[in-house]
Amino acid sequence: MAGDYPLLRYSVRRILQAVPLIFWVVIINFTIIHLAPGDPAIYLASVTEATPEAYAELRKEFGLDKPLYVQMGIYLWKLLHLDLGYSTWHNSPVLGVILDRLPATMLLMATAFSIASLMGVVLGVIASRYSYSVGDHLATLASLAGYSMPIFWLGQLLILFFALYLDWLPSQGMYSMRGVEPGWPAVLDVLKHLLLPAITYATYHMTLVFRITRGKMQETLAQDFILTAKSKGLNERRVLYRHALRNALLPVVTVIGINFAYVMAGSVFTETVFGWPGMGRLIFESITARDYPMILGIFLVVSMMIVLANLITDILYAMIDPRVAYN
Amino acid sequence: MNATPENTNGLLRVSDLRTYLDVPSGVVKAVDGVSLEVNRKEAVALVGESGSGKSMTALTIIRLQPVVARILSGEILLNDVDLLKLDTASMCDLRGTEVAMVFQDPMTYLNPVMRAGAQVAEVVLEHQDVSKGEARSQVLDAFERVGIPSPRRVYDSYPHQLSGGMRQRVLIAMAISCRPSLLIADEPTTALDVTIQAQIMDLLAHLREELQNALFLITHDIGLVAEHCDRIYIMYAGQIVEHADTFTLFAEPKHPYTEGLLRSTLSPDKRVEVFETIEGQVPNPTDMPSGCRFHPRCPHVKDICREESPPSLDLGEGRMVACWLYE
Repeated sequence: MAGDYPLLRYSVRRILQAVPLIFWVVIINFTIIHLAPGDPAIYLASVTEATPEAYAELRKEFGLDKPLYVQMGIYLWKLLHLDLGYSTWHNSPVLGVILDRLPATMLLMATAFSIASLMGVVLGVIASRYSYSVGDHLATLASLAGYSMPIFWLGQLLILFFALYLDWLPSQGMYSMRGVEPGWPAVLDVLKHLLLPAITYATYHMTLVFRITRGKMQETLAQDFILTAKSKGLNERRVLYRHALRNALLPVVTVIGINFAYVMAGSVFTETVFGWPGMGRLIFESITARDYPMILGIFLVVSMMIVLANLITDILYAMIDPRVAYN
Repeated sequence: MNATPENTNGLLRVSDLRTYLDVPSGVVKAVDGVSLEVNRKEAVALVGESGSGKSMTALTIIRLQPVVARILSGEILLNDVDLLKLDTASMCDLRGTEVAMVFQDPMTYLNPVMRAGAQVAEVVLEHQDVSKGEARSQVLDAFERVGIPSPRRVYDSYPHQLSGGMRQRVLIAMAISCRPSLLIADEPTTALDVTIQAQIMDLLAHLREELQNALFLITHDIGLVAEHCDRIYIMYAGQIVEHADTFTLFAEPKHPYTEGLLRSTLSPDKRVEVFETIEGQVPNPTDMPSGCRFHPRCPHVKDICREESPPSLDLGEGRMVACWLYE
């Protein structure tokens, strides 16, 4: 046997590889933001109609008059002390603002992402079982629509229909303005607000997972070891879930992991359309306001989440396929 | 009641089996009127070139033919039960217990993400009312029986950690774990090294003695069956063209195709300058020749061979040949 705990060794190696990755992400993020045209001082100055002297004063205050590499050095040093800087626009520490917004995004994302992944896989398996039936063709067609639809457009359609026309669900925000009693009514209130953005969020992801699962299942079901499984006298369910699905899941897990990044990007649209008080909307606001420390902070958090998602993907992959950890 | 000795000996009786495949270029008559018998404890070979329909015959017998296959006619009696009339659940119960199969390529016929032991234990757990621990010890017994040197290590190994010969042994252990009365081996040695081939054939023979099962061996290698089989069926282009006991067939082949097969095998006793082959190509499966399907390649072709397909002639003592030369 190759090593006693191949999976553990593999996981530790992957985690160690992630650390320098994050460092480079920080450097690149910083460089890109500062190379982009525009300047937070100009934005603030224009909003406050400041004199050229006040503008220079603002630049000095935010350290923007120093050379870029000095600014980067200062930024990295502060990062080491968990100081993500001070938001020019929100006038408070970046970390605080982000931590304020993070739970809302996590609630929306975790709900939508996990339900969409699960449903995508289950529907994909069912479709592969009934390949080329009418239902399968319809599901494929529907998934093509879901996959191609722009998120913000779908969001607006859902608002028009369910919030404005039927008046079943709220169209904006995370809580009711009137205030609800704490406890179960409050939970229910959040769930009602959650439903539409979660569906919007989940559609693209679910259709993608569905299509990959269906395709991979069809491919796997044609493989030789499926014949072995059937020749053992296993019933169809066992063959489908115990033998085919586990092999078909490998690429699906990869796609889910990669898709995490796109879903993060999608949160900008979803949260903006639905006024969801999360990170996505914060990104949008901060970019418009040229709030460099804020944008950098968000990029850092988002990058770390994506690196973490990839890390989890890699480890899951190795758990599903023993060949990965052994090689 | 007053069963004749032949009846009590009969295990598998296939009569007039027709399995056609619907492919884009037409209909492939993969199995076209095949009849054959395997008695208890007997070793019978089905010999033919690739594409002759021998694997499709085997797959149809355990009813694992591909979805594009249609069974047009025939009867497959196993212990006097017509397998073609069984419902899916009863068929599943028979697979692994009454009839089991060993496939060609041990590399691809084992599930790559499941431990070898678990794949075998699955058969035991599916068909017998035993605990997991009991199943495990049964599997370890089976591993020992098929000559796996360190059963415990192999039990916990994944297929990619095992050699080809070892994987084939795992597959054989899987097939015999519930003591089937009929073991179908489809080219069990084709994908293996020559030295391992002999070991696997010896193992199959040894197991037959020990477990008293019948062996239905499917192969393209007529040399392989000489030592190990009692009777031989020769298959060409979806049909049985000759049948005899092994000794008679080698001593006195009747069908020109059998003659060709025997001539083209190499033997250390005969020194040859030019390697003998059968002239011509295996016919296009969607466009079979008229009359006798072998006639375009036959050295003794007569006019009638081109017009009408030959009847199966009973030559007595269980010999059969389908050829106009003996009419």
